[in-house]
Amino acid sequence: MASTQDGNDIEALQKKIRATFKTFDYSSDDTVDIRAVGQIFYLLGCIPSQKEIKQFVAGVKDKHMDYVHLEVFLPAMTQVLLENKFPSIPEHALLQAFQILDRDKKGYLDSKELTDYMTKQGDVLTEDEMAGMLKLFAENKDERLYYKDEQKRARVMRPSLYWIAQ
Amino acid sequence: MGCGTSVGTETQGQKVKTDESVVKTTNPALTMKAAVLIQQWYRRYMARLEMRRRYTWNIFQSIEYAGEQDQLQLSSFFTFMLDNFTQLNGNGPDLISQLLDPVVDPWLDRESSYSQILVPDSYTGPRLSFPLSVSDTNALLCAFKEQQTLHAKYLLQLLYETKKLLKQMPNIIQLSTSYIKDITICGDLHGRLDDLLLIFYKNGLPSADTPYVFNGDFVDRGKKSVEVIILLFAFLLLYPDHVHLNRGNHEDHIMNLRYGFTKEVMQKYKTHGHEILPLFQDIFSLLPVATVIDGKILIVHGGISDETDLDFLSSIERHKLKSALRFPRCSFEQLDISQSYRKTKRLKSGNSSHSSSNSSRNQSKNQKRSNQRNTQRGLRRQESNSSASSSSSSSSSSSSSLCSPRTPSCLSPHPCHPSPSLPNTVNIQHMPFLDSLLSARQPSPSQRREREWKQIVDILWSDPKTQEGCSPNTFRGGGCYFGPDITQKLLLQHGLQLLIRSHECKQEGYELCHGGQVITLFSASNYYEEGSNRGAYIKLGRELVPRFYQYQVSRTTRKLTLTQRVRAAESSAFRALKEKLFSHRSELMSGFQQFDQNNTGVVSVSDWAEVLESVLRLDLPWRTLRPHLCRLAADGSVEYNSCFEDMGTGVSLPQVTPNLAETLFRFRTDIEIIFNIIDKDHSGLISNEEFRQTWRLFSAHLGVDIDDRAIDDLARSIDFNKDGSIDFTEFLEAFRVVHKLDSKDPHLSGK
Repeated sequence: MASTQDGNDIEALQKKIRATFKTFDYSSDDTVDIRAVGQIFYLLGCIPSQKEIKQFVAGVKDKHMDYVHLEVFLPAMTQVLLENKFPSIPEHALLQAFQILDRDKKGYLDSKELTDYMTKQGDVLTEDEMAGMLKLFAENKDERLYYKDEQKRARVMRPSLYWIAQ
Repeated sequence: MGCGTSVGTETQGQKVKTDESVVKTTNPALTMKAAVLIQQWYRRYMARLEMRRRYTWNIFQSIEYAGEQDQLQLSSFFTFMLDNFTQLNGNGPDLISQLLDPVVDPWLDRESSYSQILVPDSYTGPRLSFPLSVSDTNALLCAFKEQQTLHAKYLLQLLYETKKLLKQMPNIIQLSTSYIKDITICGDLHGRLDDLLLIFYKNGLPSADTPYVFNGDFVDRGKKSVEVIILLFAFLLLYPDHVHLNRGNHEDHIMNLRYGFTKEVMQKYKTHGHEILPLFQDIFSLLPVATVIDGKILIVHGGISDETDLDFLSSIERHKLKSALRFPRCSFEQLDISQSYRKTKRLKSGNSSHSSSNSSRNQSKNQKRSNQRNTQRGLRRQESNSSASSSSSSSSSSSSSLCSPRTPSCLSPHPCHPSPSLPNTVNIQHMPFLDSLLSARQPSPSQRREREWKQIVDILWSDPKTQEGCSPNTFRGGGCYFGPDITQKLLLQHGLQLLIRSHECKQEGYELCHGGQVITLFSASNYYEEGSNRGAYIKLGRELVPRFYQYQVSRTTRKLTLTQRVRAAESSAFRALKEKLFSHRSELMSGFQQFDQNNTGVVSVSDWAEVLESVLRLDLPWRTLRPHLCRLAADGSVEYNSCFEDMGTGVSLPQVTPNLAETLFRFRTDIEIIFNIIDKDHSGLISNEEFRQTWRLFSAHLGVDIDDRAIDDLARSIDFNKDGSIDFTEFLEAFRVVHKLDSKDPHLSGK
């Protein structure tokens, strides 16, 4: 699914950037809301922190309005991808992360535990984001995030297969 | 996963040890890193989910608006029919002319026959008594909850009363919050009775204490448009000072023909439908176009343009604009001239600037291009196709009620030119009306008419955009895209502080833009698909600060998670998209083959995307969608045949050429509408001759090259009983696209 990036194939990179940008260009005028920039990063396989996103946005956004124009975004983002500034997470690392948080080695985290971690440590989630995360796992009635059980894990944790790195 | 690069760089040290014993100790630094990792994963997952949701949305919207553009086609087809044939069936004025060009001015009273209608004792539905009382509206609510239909007699009376009331209203309603409690504002309902009932349940029924403003698009698309509109009119009659209805772009008989309201009325009111529909047509054109609250908040259905002028808007005779899709009336003299103009065009049949193997898309393609070239806005209107050779046997002078001398003003969708002889190079396909009228020396009454038309179309069809300025809304084919500066200017000009509009479906039921100066409000939840969006309504008190209330009608008892909902909507969107692909198969294939001269069966992804873009004319992220639509070969190129693999036809097709078959697939809905209209007695049958004539017209209008013999063969082959009549439902069944991989439960077909 994931093809390795050829750093010299700038055109391919730019096509990918454009395509992702376009998804968030709601009024079809080559602009996106600044709030979409983070999402564009993720979709291009980069995982910056919230602070890093803010810094990037400050550098590319329109002076007066809260949007970013493609003309400015494209070169900046190309640079990011070429330099591989914010690399992605491999799946095994994710599993280990859960294992670390699961102190009692239950094989799952319950919603209170998860909320504590997510809203108090690291790159904290906002209230809305936390609510979203819990809703994501509401498939399990007992509100436990099973990270070890293969079947359950696959349902919840496998990222979308629909993004193709072209 | 993403751009698979090396893990564990300096900034994102993920040096997680796999040794369980180390993990057991609570190392705070490690814990934090773990937390960060999960947070990052989550944000990316949500971004991807959001992207899927977004492009699913794009697909639905693109197809919806492409359909609306087809709508213009249908309307011009009807015009074409009217121009060329007096009646399809010799028994008096047929429904088409009645529907499209009633001789009677909506302002005038139609003959009321409802008093003569007898209601049988067996009828258990509501029996309304006028003037209405609360018991009548309660009876209606109960009846509709129990799936009953209001008897035609009462519906007719309701409509006549509504029409009388609306005539007294101004174009712009002025409301005040001083003596009433909060005002509730609702957006598009689109025939969703469940949503309306849910709003009434949560918010209370309309009354003096609970005033309402409904912001247009009450009908079409949903299955209960009739019930919705009856309730709205009933409450309007009951509380004329506390219930207010704005006109939407779907309060338009031509939109109704395509989007389901006409069909629904004909199905529920088989006997009296022909009287009911023109009444609706009148009423829709009599609906006010705007509401203003406390002189501070403007409520319109679509939006505004840089030319919107509320004072001018107030002065228009709004009932004259029956449909936004028809050009305003020209004087009789100009019409005469335009007749000869069209005759001249027809003779120069070789002039069309598109090739003979054309279909509608070529026309709209050219139109789109010329539209883009023009900075002026103009609804895309198709001129009578000059390649109508076979059907112009009846001379154009034997015109129908369209140009009857007894009507002082006639409708003409064509731009009027003073001179009948035109140079060959004239682009006859698309003439933005503004251009044509400016170039022609028009008398001022027509200019005013055209200005009026534009004012109203802008109000009903425009959409906001992020960038400044005002540009033609080419997506919709009418109205403008207006920027924050346009909003600012208008609000300032009229001392307003907020614009509330609808017209666009929003995931949360509402959305703010233009720095909070514009609110989009949409009240039909699950509009595209179960779980696609919520609905919302606004409450406004004296302080004029909007409060938002959201809801979602749920058909299933099982609550779906976000992922499941996204998946379901996505799957539905892709089905619709695949149908589009299938029904454009031959053009797509010829496009692919142009890039694949050696017949290898593959093309590059870029070329594949380019072909799709140019044939389907849907502005979608094709590369992103590709995995859902077709397969890749080992070398990463697209196996284009796989696009059509899991689609098939309904029942075994009669022997038809691919060209004809595809046209039928594509225009199935439109053809169905036409058949339904022709089938006056609603028997489900039309005569062979009617079928032939209609089909010939339709294909001539589209410029599809189908010879008469193919049509005759087709007619004969579907006349299974050989009794001279065709069961068109059965016929159309053959042209319904079927998804071979359909599973019974869409939620189980997990992807």
